Formats: sequence, C-alpha cells, structure tokens
Amino acid sequence: MFPILRIGPAVIQSARLLLVLGFFFGLSLSERLTRKLGEDSDALTNLIIIATLAGLIAARLFFVMEHVALFQKNLIGLVSVDSSLLDPWGGVAGAAIASLIYGQRKHLAFWPTLDRLTPFFATMAVAIGLAHIASGQAFGAPTSLPWAIELWGARRQPSQFYETAGALAILLLLWKQTGAIGVPGTLFLKFAALTSGLVVFLSAFRGDSRLILGTIRQDQLLALGVLGLALFLLEIRAHPGKSAGNI
Amino acid sequence: MKPVSRRVLYLAIFLLGLAWTVLSRPAAGVTTSGQIPAPQVGFAAPAFTLAEQNGQSVSLSDTRGKVVILNYWASWCPPCRAEMPAIQQVYQSYQARGLIVLAINASNQDRLAAMQAFLGSFAHSYPILLDTNGEAGRLYAVNSLPTTFFIGRDGMIQDLVVGRPLTVAGLSSRVEVLLQEKP
Repeated sequence: MFPILRIGPAVIQSARLLLVLGFFFGLSLSERLTRKLGEDSDALTNLIIIATLAGLIAARLFFVMEHVALFQKNLIGLVSVDSSLLDPWGGVAGAAIASLIYGQRKHLAFWPTLDRLTPFFATMAVAIGLAHIASGQAFGAPTSLPWAIELWGARRQPSQFYETAGALAILLLLWKQTGAIGVPGTLFLKFAALTSGLVVFLSAFRGDSRLILGTIRQDQLLALGVLGLALFLLEIRAHPGKSAGNI
Repeated sequence: MKPVSRRVLYLAIFLLGLAWTVLSRPAAGVTTSGQIPAPQVGFAAPAFTLAEQNGQSVSLSDTRGKVVILNYWASWCPPCRAEMPAIQQVYQSYQARGLIVLAINASNQDRLAAMQAFLGSFAHSYPILLDTNGEAGRLYAVNSLPTTFFIGRDGMIQDLVVGRPLTVAGLSSRVEVLLQEKP
C-alpha cells in the first residue's frame, strides 16, 4: 500500500491522485464515445464538470450546516482541502440536482445521456479500486489462502485487487459494446447490474463490512437492491409496451 | 434470447445474489465496520511512557479522564509540519475543557537538530515526546506520517486519521464530539 507519494518537497496522497487521474481518463472515454456516436461532446463534458463542482460544494455546505459553530470560529475552514469536512450524501444530492437542472436546460435526453456517461462511471469504479489499493481501505477478511496479502497486521484477502480487476473487466466489456448500444439506457443499466453484482459477490471477502439486520453486510444488501432494480429496468426497457410502459 | 428466458435468467441472477448475501454472512466479530484494524477505533489505546526533550516522562495512563489527540510526526514530513500550528490552535481553544495533545516525534527516523529547528519556528505549548527506539510507532502500527489518534475520556481510540494533514475545523469537529462525552 502506498498512501503517500513524495516527489521532492511535495507530498501527494496517492488515492486522491488516482481518483483525479480516473476522473480525467473517464471523462475522455465518455467524450470519445459521444463523438463516436456522431454527437457533440461539449454538453456532456460540461455536465460532468458541473456535477462534480456542485457535488463538492454541496458536500462542504452540508457539512458546514451540521457544524455551524466550528466554522463561525474558523472561517478559513470553509475552503479547506480536508476531505473529512465533506458530507458524502450531501455531495451526491448536489451533483444529482445540478445534473438534472443542466440536463433539462440543454435538453439532454435522460437515458442516452446515462449511456454516454457510462464509460466515465466505469472508469471511476476502476480508479476507486486502485485508490483502495493505495490507501489500504476496503480491506479483506483474514485468510490463510496462498495469495493473501499482509495488511493491517494480518494476512488478508486481496479484496482491493479483486475489486479493481472486476471493475476493469466491466469497463472493457462495456466498452466493447459501445458500438451497438441498442435501446437507450441499456449500456448504463448493464453497468449498474454488473457493478452491483460484483459488489454483492466481492463483499463476502471484505473484512471491514458494516453489518445490519444481525450479520448481513450493508454493502451487499444495498447492491442487491440496485441489482434488482437494474435488471427490472433492463427488462421493461427491452419491452416497454408489455410492462410498466415507456420510461 | 426470448423474453421469457431472459426474465427467468434475471430472476435467477437476483435470487443467486440473495442466496449469496445470506450464505456469506460473516461470523460475529470478523468485520471491523469500516475501521482500520490495528490499532482500531473502539479499542483501548495502547499504553506507553515516553520522555520529553527535557527528560520528563509522560505516560498515556496519566491522561485517563481527558480527551487526547495523539499525533505521530516527523520534521521531514511536510503534512506533519503543516498541521502542527492547527493542532496548537485547537489545543489552546480546548485545553481548558480537558483536551490534552501528545505529539510523538518519530525520533528513530528524524534528526534531533532538524526537529528542534522546526519546533523553534512556531509557538507550541503541548508536550513533544521522543520515540527514540520506535516502540510507540510499532505499538500503534504507524506506517504513514502523520498519523493522528483521537482518544476519548475512557482511554478508547475514537477516531484515526492516517497520512493527511488535519485542519483546525477537522480537528475541532472531532474534539467537540469527544469533549461532550461524560468523564
């Protein structure tokens, strides 16, 4: 694990660096797909950048609202680069709202846009896996398997490597399918189904899972819900007349 | 693929996922609920006794009943240098309410002259402890600098930040929560 990179006097957190690299690589793949489909990629690029900025600002604002007193004493903290001062769900809400507003203003169709964003999402999934390798987070359960890795004082399942390999396989598989997406939304829903399926499967090897309902892993249960929803939507989008209607 | 076959396949995939979720349930105590396991949040902070620069000994056990920020640092580590003024600011703000800061210098990996030169460059009032043989670093499984532990009044590790500098707001938000706990 390499949590920090030292380049001369500069110290960079490897996980953050990998996420930033993943962001730009994913962005370029989505732009490439959009151009391949004969469309203008500017709106998509703007959508990703606006959603990211709005997500970061909302994440900080939500955190500040939860801890107003702290920031009254220390206004400089409002613009701190400390990522622990972010509220993740506030960030997700901010990014989603900004995306919807921008998409409506630019008349971006919902499902085709999600398809074009899929390479970005899939690349970020790979980057998150690599970031976990660098930081040692999302670590595996203790094991005596021959391919176990030494981490946090024990020999463990290399869950971060499983996660990264799985995400990479999904990225490559979906990229191959970008030539014939079919019904709008199919590429994105396949990504959602495959990724959530991967989480359901691989969470079983994690050593840091949060548990709910006794001993059920929270990640697995959430991913199972996403898997069910993605498969359901894949089905009704393939046959809009026979099921819940066109979405 | 025919629609019926596809529906059966989707249902089978979902049911397989459900079965796997139930069958792969971990035994109690196997997972750490997102925390780094060694030393981990929710466990007692390992006891140590280290000397300050003036030779005076400080033991973690002497701090029981207080909230402790235990910061492991070295003078050659830029994030460590960056956060120390913030730690001082937070210490001044919360000292009266029962906050103790113990800054452990990784002296087995640092030069005494460089450490003293850095400490002379800013005002600090919390004790600097010297981990000359790396014993405290091994005890706390420190593998990245800076590493900061937040220890509650009961002597349990309540939070842990590895490898990145903390800001005044980041420190204060954690300390506020711990100070609200009853002794």
